[in-house]
Amino acid sequence: MVTLQFVPYHEIEDLGSARRVKKLIDIVKENKIVLLQGRLKKEEETDLISIAMEEFGDKFKGIELAVINPEDKDLSGIKRVRNNFFGFLLGDRQGLTIVGPASIVKEIKKDPNKIELLTKETKRTKKK
Amino acid sequence: MINLIKTFINKVLRSLFKKKKNIKLGLYGPPNGGKTTLANRICKDWLGEDMGTVSNIAHETREIQIKEQINIKSKGKELTFNLVDTPGIATKIDFEDFVKAGLKEKQAKQRAKEATKGVIDSIKWLDEMDAVIIVLDATKDPFTQVNITIVGNLQARNIPVLIVANKSDLKKADVKKVQSSYPQYSVIGISAKYGNNIDKFYEGLFAIAG
Repeated sequence: MVTLQFVPYHEIEDLGSARRVKKLIDIVKENKIVLLQGRLKKEEETDLISIAMEEFGDKFKGIELAVINPEDKDLSGIKRVRNNFFGFLLGDRQGLTIVGPASIVKEIKKDPNKIELLTKETKRTKKK
Repeated sequence: MINLIKTFINKVLRSLFKKKKNIKLGLYGPPNGGKTTLANRICKDWLGEDMGTVSNIAHETREIQIKEQINIKSKGKELTFNLVDTPGIATKIDFEDFVKAGLKEKQAKQRAKEATKGVIDSIKWLDEMDAVIIVLDATKDPFTQVNITIVGNLQARNIPVLIVANKSDLKKADVKKVQSSYPQYSVIGISAKYGNNIDKFYEGLFAIAG
């Protein structure tokens, strides 16, 4: 069974960078997949990778990370201006960040219309 | 506003110090993109010697490697820099991948442990760089989260970037796809192994670090 935990942006909004990253890593270490409303700062994304590597061990092999950002889309003209305006108002609340333990999430594929989260096969035991 | 002030101060400091110290030119990217192969190509071309060992097994470079005082010349211009070859940045490392590649379990576990330290060091060194070459494997998907994160971080730090689409000699290589993934940057397709298009690469180097 895969557990997804939604983290609304207001839960991390007032936290410093180190505590934001720690909060996400702590959830991931419980073998849950984090769905964070919005996104981290660029430097926090690399901090997340660094901390994941520091936590590396027999049971924790790192993370799978995907940031879905409306700015990534190839917008033009009025749509870009509108997007920039909302981006200015909402800041890092826009988009979605997915972080999962590498032991569970094999790959996260994203394209403009869908997100595919591929999990690792788990051994099934038959009930007698 | 604070970000704007920070950016301005960074730019002023960078331009002040650039003239005084040697430029640090970093090679960054995911594992097995060909960073060390490119480092060896640069060192062979201008120093006549290799910089590091290369391998088909990922995470061969697990420590920061520095080659100082490399002096290159192109079209009457000259550039001296310290080349910093960094371990590949990854979000996950599994020793079982190394076992599949032929290593014994003990070696594989040791390699995985060292590789994690390498990733941490690569990220720590980001702030030290004056210019960065991002080395991507042109046969693979260029728009991965690791690549986006590296590019985004360099952009946030105002560090000049040149993207190299390496392994252009291979049939599956798609340099155009790399360029379309990062339209705001110069992308040069090369084969570090065979030296294809390397003159264009040196010209690109002058454009970001010269």
